[in-house]
Amino acid sequence: MREVLRAAVMVCRKDLRMEWRTKATISYVVPFVLIVVVLFAFALDTDPVLLRRATAGVYWITVLFAATLIAQRSAAIEGRDGVMDSLRLSGLDPAGQFLGKAAAIFAQLLLIQIPLGIGVAVLYGVSLERPGIGVLSALLATLAVAASGAIYGPLAAGFVGSEAVLPLLYLPVLTPVMMAATRSAESALGFGVGAGWHWTAMLGMLGATFLVLGTLTAASLLEHR
Amino acid sequence: MRQATATAQATATAQATERAPGADSADARAMGGLALRFSNVVALSGGFPVLTGVDLQVQVGSICWLAGANGAGKTSILRVAAGLLQPASGTAEVLGMNLRSDLPAVRAAVGLLSHQSGMYEELSVAENLQFWGRACGAKNSEIAASLRRAEVSQRLEPVPFAQLSSGQRRRVSLAAMLVRRATLWCLDEPHAGMDAPGRDLVDGLLLEARDSGVTTLIASHDADRVASLATDRVWVQGGAISSDSGLSEGQTTTSNIGRAEP
Repeated sequence: MREVLRAAVMVCRKDLRMEWRTKATISYVVPFVLIVVVLFAFALDTDPVLLRRATAGVYWITVLFAATLIAQRSAAIEGRDGVMDSLRLSGLDPAGQFLGKAAAIFAQLLLIQIPLGIGVAVLYGVSLERPGIGVLSALLATLAVAASGAIYGPLAAGFVGSEAVLPLLYLPVLTPVMMAATRSAESALGFGVGAGWHWTAMLGMLGATFLVLGTLTAASLLEHR
Repeated sequence: MRQATATAQATATAQATERAPGADSADARAMGGLALRFSNVVALSGGFPVLTGVDLQVQVGSICWLAGANGAGKTSILRVAAGLLQPASGTAEVLGMNLRSDLPAVRAAVGLLSHQSGMYEELSVAENLQFWGRACGAKNSEIAASLRRAEVSQRLEPVPFAQLSSGQRRRVSLAAMLVRRATLWCLDEPHAGMDAPGRDLVDGLLLEARDSGVTTLIASHDADRVASLATDRVWVQGGAISSDSGLSEGQTTTSNIGRAEP
């Protein structure tokens, strides 16, 4: 367990350090999510009620698009110039490597949700009515998206044309996450208050499932990329 | 050409030094002093048979030169020895360990210097070495020592790896290999891209390694340099060990360095 944690911390720190150097998330992904939000705002501008009702769905679809970009990059940095061979020889625990990648994706997804949240609040005219459920569901949904990204990013990297393959593999898997996250977010925004906690619990289960799945398949993914 | 199977003599008695994990050396001794034993190893890459039945024995502490044309299978032999390419059939033992059942232990005992750097472009030299060094449990002092031993200038330590010249990159990769304290070195064209001092450095490291009991497999076209270092030479041709160098008589001046008899 100690080796798993050690590997996870090392890989996460390394990924975030590389992100800090390149500023790829801040430079490209943040503007991308803001453009998506603005485009939806223009598209639904004629109906303010519809715009507010669509906020939760738009928010999480935008997060999923951003997650595709981040997961793609996260996998790509390991696929260059013999780094995969170095990782295989490194002795770093594969499960720890997976958890480290997932943690780094998680942190980057949280980062993009700050301007994204501000953007939808301003453009769509919504506010958090139930912040507890809003924050918790966002954290759990982000965990599920990050963990699955750390599975499907390396998986897609093994294919020719991985840029196109990743969304095809990744987005369908995220459908239940998007549904549960959207329902929870609607509840947090004051729409459909009833089942918010149930959807949040489902997000927790989905996050745990992806974490377990990724931990169990990490060694195989490392070998067969 | 002497033979297809390589064995070294004098260095077989070389003792493992403090650099070498004791278990690896013990395993190798249990294998009759052999660091490497391949028997009819076939390996595939993308469905293509890159090794077509390799029989190879290399003794502990020897420097075994894999010679042969481009595409002959030299790199594939190195990758199998490093545990990065699994044999499709045949048996492969590295440092007394089975390549299938003891894969993590084999990998932990191997240092690889390949055509690719194996480094992160965005990280600095120091950050790369910190990452790869700590991954294998090295202390900061050992990481610093490996950088010095590979003669990586201190002024390069904060420089992003992407900004280094090819020779500088090679030295950093060499430092990353040294920090692993490996007992089997797999070197693919180690002199490539190096200036004259860099080439001399590689030669010096090879001799030091040999003297401390490290076994080296080296794939190289740099015959003039490697011939004077290698204790054994095997010819690789068509994915197998060949008894024929495939060279004309005038080119076979280095063909008699093999020290052991069949």
